[in-house]
Amino acid sequence: MDAIILQILNGLDKGSAYALIALGLTLIFGTLGVVNFAHGALFMIGAFCAVTLQRILSLSTVTLSKTETNFLGQPAEIKTPYVESWFGPEAGAAIIDWSVPLAILFSIPVMIAIGFIMERGLIKHFYKRPHADQILVTFGLAIVLQEVIKYFYGANPIPTGAPEVFKGSFDFGVLLGFDPNAIIYPYWRLVYFGFSALIISAVFAFLQFTTFGMVVRAGMADRETVGLLGINIDKRFTIMFGLAAAVAGLAGVMYAPINSPNYHMGMDFLVLSFVVVVVGGMGSLPGAVLAGFMLGILESFASMNEIKSLIPGIDQIIIYVVAILILLTRPRGLMGRKGVMEE
Amino acid sequence: MFGLAKKDATLLLVVVGLTLLAPFILNPFPTDSAMAQFNAGYPDLMQRFVIFGIFAIGFNILFGLTGYLSFGHAAFLGVGSYSAVWMFKLLSMNVIPAIALSVVVAGLFSLLIGYVSLRRSGIYFSILTLAFAQMSFNLAYSVLTPITNGETGLQLTLNDPRVLGISQTADGSIPVTGLFGLEMRSTYTMDVGAWAFQFNVGYYLCAVALLVAFYLAIRIFRSPFGLMLRAVKSNQQRMNYTGLNTRPYTLAAFVISGMYAGLAGGLMASMDPLAGAERMQWTASGEVVLMTILGGAGTLIGPVLGAGFIKYFENIFSKINDNVLHGWFSFMPDGLENFVITIIHPFIGKGWHLTLGLLFMMVVIFLPGGLVEGGQRIAALFKRGKKDDDGADTSKATTPAE
Repeated sequence: MDAIILQILNGLDKGSAYALIALGLTLIFGTLGVVNFAHGALFMIGAFCAVTLQRILSLSTVTLSKTETNFLGQPAEIKTPYVESWFGPEAGAAIIDWSVPLAILFSIPVMIAIGFIMERGLIKHFYKRPHADQILVTFGLAIVLQEVIKYFYGANPIPTGAPEVFKGSFDFGVLLGFDPNAIIYPYWRLVYFGFSALIISAVFAFLQFTTFGMVVRAGMADRETVGLLGINIDKRFTIMFGLAAAVAGLAGVMYAPINSPNYHMGMDFLVLSFVVVVVGGMGSLPGAVLAGFMLGILESFASMNEIKSLIPGIDQIIIYVVAILILLTRPRGLMGRKGVMEE
Repeated sequence: MFGLAKKDATLLLVVVGLTLLAPFILNPFPTDSAMAQFNAGYPDLMQRFVIFGIFAIGFNILFGLTGYLSFGHAAFLGVGSYSAVWMFKLLSMNVIPAIALSVVVAGLFSLLIGYVSLRRSGIYFSILTLAFAQMSFNLAYSVLTPITNGETGLQLTLNDPRVLGISQTADGSIPVTGLFGLEMRSTYTMDVGAWAFQFNVGYYLCAVALLVAFYLAIRIFRSPFGLMLRAVKSNQQRMNYTGLNTRPYTLAAFVISGMYAGLAGGLMASMDPLAGAERMQWTASGEVVLMTILGGAGTLIGPVLGAGFIKYFENIFSKINDNVLHGWFSFMPDGLENFVITIIHPFIGKGWHLTLGLLFMMVVIFLPGGLVEGGQRIAALFKRGKKDDDGADTSKATTPAE
């Protein structure tokens, strides 16, 4: 029993990342009808927002120490981050420590801006072109974004730590009455899960309970009619694109402490997120979230030793096997609507 | 000639000329000149041109004609490579059985994947092929290690049986691949003045394979079968409404293109007998998509051009470094020189993929017909004014069937 709960928990953080990326993909697809292969790159840029903010905050003045010397006998260099000299040593250190959560604030405007530029500058011109062209041009864009990041940050993963308070692990089993140390779960993954649950509910609430969201939903159902009613639906869809970019970016920011950001993390997640979207049903937001968590948890179950010894290699392919089975038996995915992407 | 229309025969002859004379054409600069690093006439690179040319021609038969965008074609190339290396390990170092087996195995594998994937079209098809290819890649890395040798890659060893050949040569080394005694790696170098032209057996084997592949592709493009595939691309629903089952046709196209990929994989293993799982990764599938689109999907010559273009610049561009640039721009004043080099720097050397990505985006945005369409537009510029039947005819023959 404790093993099962542990696997469910393990699946949650990956599942949250899949769900967030898939949610953004589905938002873009549902509103603009564009298949965005650059969405993984947006996730990656989000993670690098965290890296960037950490670097900005750690910018330091270098002074020479009067007492200490380095191994060559010269005065040692002491680095004092600007934030420490401005806000005092303790507050400054705390700000640097909390750079990943602070990067949330930093990344939202950055990602929305990137989303707007992408939509207005490139994707706008591809609404009328075939889906294959949309896939190809966004695939090219993904390569470009990836290489730009590689140029500025190098090819190696950059460790980006979570705040000190979240670094430990949490003995989850004790809460549920199991033995101590039966279910150990890192705090940051709990935070990640909570955060993604928050974002997902915020997106749904936004679409469900605001006038803006209502118009967008109407536009998703019938773009032309909404346009004929005198509503500038294109402008709202552009905003939705920015929002989807921000969701992917936030998923990336918070994922940085779990997996050190590197330039190709976006591509790795993209392939799986597409599988998630297709399993959930193209254009269905709840489907994307459901499939994201489901596949994340299935993946972690498949990596249990008991199951691996039963079917060797299943942990590597489970997601694809499920995707293939679902596509062949339920062509529209779990919760897909009729008439979406069916030529 | 060979049952081809005059125009296609000319095209075939041009390709024959280009491939057979490639050691001369790709080697325009004298050996010790400063430009020698832009020579592409060395065996390794020429082989890659031709092999990826075959791969792209095959991919184009599926994507260019039927419009089904497969993101998993590298799986067939990888399977082909593995089967060829196994043939070298078990049977003999002759390349003919190895290549034959790789084509057959890739064909069977694509029959299996195609049968399942072609039940869906559009983006679903792309995702299905992607899923299958990633699955094969992951399996090759993990469970199938006895067959694929995992991360190390499948290599020849001294203990391989090689029933019809020898396990090791007299001096105790691994035998090399060959065609009835002709070693694939043997190269004849012809020195003409300052130039050194290299003629490699392996290259010419690949070149012959390319010519056969190209000829078959022309025949497929011009056949009723090819016409049927184009019809599938322009409106599959209408085809279905007329009571025609299109699946056998698309499946045949899929298997043919899978066999082309297997041929490319077999040749790759024949030139250098090792096979690794990274050949099956989806980025490798993405590369062949790039080649086909860049050259011009749906055209005959486009994929070959695209493959040559990408492989040439991948090798040559990545060799340009800051020193070379300083050499080029030394005529400028120092400040300006450094400024220009700072701007160009991200796009060369290791940044080649950035250039490729930008170029690819430009092509998709402005030139959906690829390099071929670019060439046609330039040609049209020159003979503007006399819009005769000839111009209209070329565009009809070579633009993608839409």
